[in-house]
Amino acid sequence: MFKRAGVIALVLILALSLVVVGCGKKEDVKKEETKQEVKEPAKDLTINGAGATFPYPLYSKMFSAYNKLNPEIKVNYQSIGSGGGVKQMMEGTVSFGASDAFLSEEEMGKIKNGVIHVPMTIGAVAVVYNLEGIASGVKLTQETLTDIYLGTIKKWNDPKIAADNSDIKLPNVDITPVFRSDGSGTTSIFTDYLSKVSSEWKEKVGAGKSVKFPAGIGGKGNEGVAGQVKQLPGSIGYVELAYATTNNLSYAKLRNKDGNFTAPSLEAASAAAAGAIADMPKDTRVSIVEPGGKDAYGIVGFSWILLNEKYEDQVMKEELLKLTKWMYRDGQQFSKALHYAPIPEEIAKLNDNNLAVIK
Amino acid sequence: MLDKDIKKKAINPKDKSNAQNIPLDKIFKALTFTASLGVILLLGFIIFKLFMESALSVEKFGFKFITSMEWDPVKGEFGAGAYIFGTIVSSLIAILIATPVSVGIALYLTEIAPPWLSTPVGFLVELLAAIPSVIYGLWGIFVFVPFIRQYIQKPIGDLFGWIPLFSGPPLGIGMLSAGLILAIMIIPIITAISRDIISSVPTLQREGAMALGATRWEVIKYAILPFAKSGILGGIILGMGRALGETMAVTMVIGNRPEIKASLFAPAHSMAAVIANEFTEATDDIYLSALIEVGLLLFLVTFIMNGLARFFIWSVARGPKGGIRQ
Repeated sequence: MFKRAGVIALVLILALSLVVVGCGKKEDVKKEETKQEVKEPAKDLTINGAGATFPYPLYSKMFSAYNKLNPEIKVNYQSIGSGGGVKQMMEGTVSFGASDAFLSEEEMGKIKNGVIHVPMTIGAVAVVYNLEGIASGVKLTQETLTDIYLGTIKKWNDPKIAADNSDIKLPNVDITPVFRSDGSGTTSIFTDYLSKVSSEWKEKVGAGKSVKFPAGIGGKGNEGVAGQVKQLPGSIGYVELAYATTNNLSYAKLRNKDGNFTAPSLEAASAAAAGAIADMPKDTRVSIVEPGGKDAYGIVGFSWILLNEKYEDQVMKEELLKLTKWMYRDGQQFSKALHYAPIPEEIAKLNDNNLAVIK
Repeated sequence: MLDKDIKKKAINPKDKSNAQNIPLDKIFKALTFTASLGVILLLGFIIFKLFMESALSVEKFGFKFITSMEWDPVKGEFGAGAYIFGTIVSSLIAILIATPVSVGIALYLTEIAPPWLSTPVGFLVELLAAIPSVIYGLWGIFVFVPFIRQYIQKPIGDLFGWIPLFSGPPLGIGMLSAGLILAIMIIPIITAISRDIISSVPTLQREGAMALGATRWEVIKYAILPFAKSGILGGIILGMGRALGETMAVTMVIGNRPEIKASLFAPAHSMAAVIANEFTEATDDIYLSALIEVGLLLFLVTFIMNGLARFFIWSVARGPKGGIRQ
């Protein structure tokens, strides 16, 4: 019986490998064509990087676009997670890393050649929910959101929530909070936000890529949280903004520091980053949740590219600097189409200064 | 060189001295030996590495790691009790459901269904085994879980909600759904093995029973199942192994909440799921070490469960093969 299954599997594998080989060939042909167009390429260089998964779609688009402009430069980026990226930096196996959370002093100390943080994109986390007949726009304050995730507000028609939503008739339905069960930058930004707006959360739970959530159920990945919120009436969850918009999930408006209720959007995320610049330390190692500004949205965070302060290989250093500078200026044109918030010019300038010290 | 030797042998099959000179047997022996040894070495190395890497956590938490329910990466407190519970209970639910269904399918395919039906049905059941587990997981979230919530948990909760086993809100997600998904995933394994075992029961055995006037049910009960029982149990062990280690499908539907609750409807967590969930982003040493210790414990749990199952088979299969124990 297994034999038959084996034969079928074999046929499938063969077919698949044919397809793969076919694709590979096509790509080769394309590359050769582009190479011929550009006059004599310099010495080929492959830059290795590893880290965060959240900005991966954006980075991979940037790297392929950069490769078209500079065919001799190839970037090999492995999206193994921020933790993995930091570890590879410590072991010195990659030329650059990427992380959704900035490194602690302790972690920085473990990187032999020093580390420079370069904010490359901004992520916004949307609070999504599933309430029959109610579209986007339920208003939540810092307190109500925290209480929901602490498990102290248990029903949607709780007077605390109703107070801000006099225009909506909230149903008498249990709230089931959904959290990310896998370690993620999204959870890091979200819990960082809750810790900033609530001392009770900070004390009881704290912030991190994985925390012990006091209530609710966990979904693996953005797709897991989005899936559970989609199918469970009364649930509330948090996902990257791109997931909320592409999955047509209803999302909440959050009260920001200035007292306005704002919906998550790329513009609001960029506004938040711009609003945070005033208090930003030079090395950009800062959480930008709950910034000031009347249009700002609270749950936002940078995603950083990590560079060493010192490179042995000067050619590599030059090319890496060129690439990084291109990424936070010209490369930002790809952000919006892929649902990432572009880096404001003020931060690009800050990056210019920080990169100048790299040896 | 080898071809020549074989030819020589073919020409002179009776020439013993020549046969002994052929290195083919030795090569074959060496190859098979290396293959077996390689697997054992690999296993040993994996266990050794798990021991080494988890030393930090073993030292810090000691035996408490197994009983503690506290898993708090922020405060650096780790205990795997809820994960061990979740893994074992979800696998047991899966085995309890999958075993009768699989043996039923196997009996139907071999004993009752006409060949034009049994071949395609058997093929389809085996095809279930080829579905990637992440697909099971996504199907689980979007189709299976809402169904369970609406048509199983709600009615059962309304009627028997006062029993702790069925208490709590019907989330759909939880221990019950995880057990059911696992059952679906291991049914093809147990079915395929049971079917092969049952069809290998000698025809004489069947005919003998029929000649004595046994009905079809009696043939199955007295002639076939006693003969096939140890093989079927072997299939169940394989299925259990898969259930214990299954990761993706479980994490999608179990709720990923490290708690021990009496209710089947409550969210839970499993050992494989927590490793898959948290390993990529675990940066500090004690956290990583704790996750590796969970891996080591998963190894141990699998060993123990397998050992118990084998002991069970041994005690069941002690009777004469094909014999009936009244």
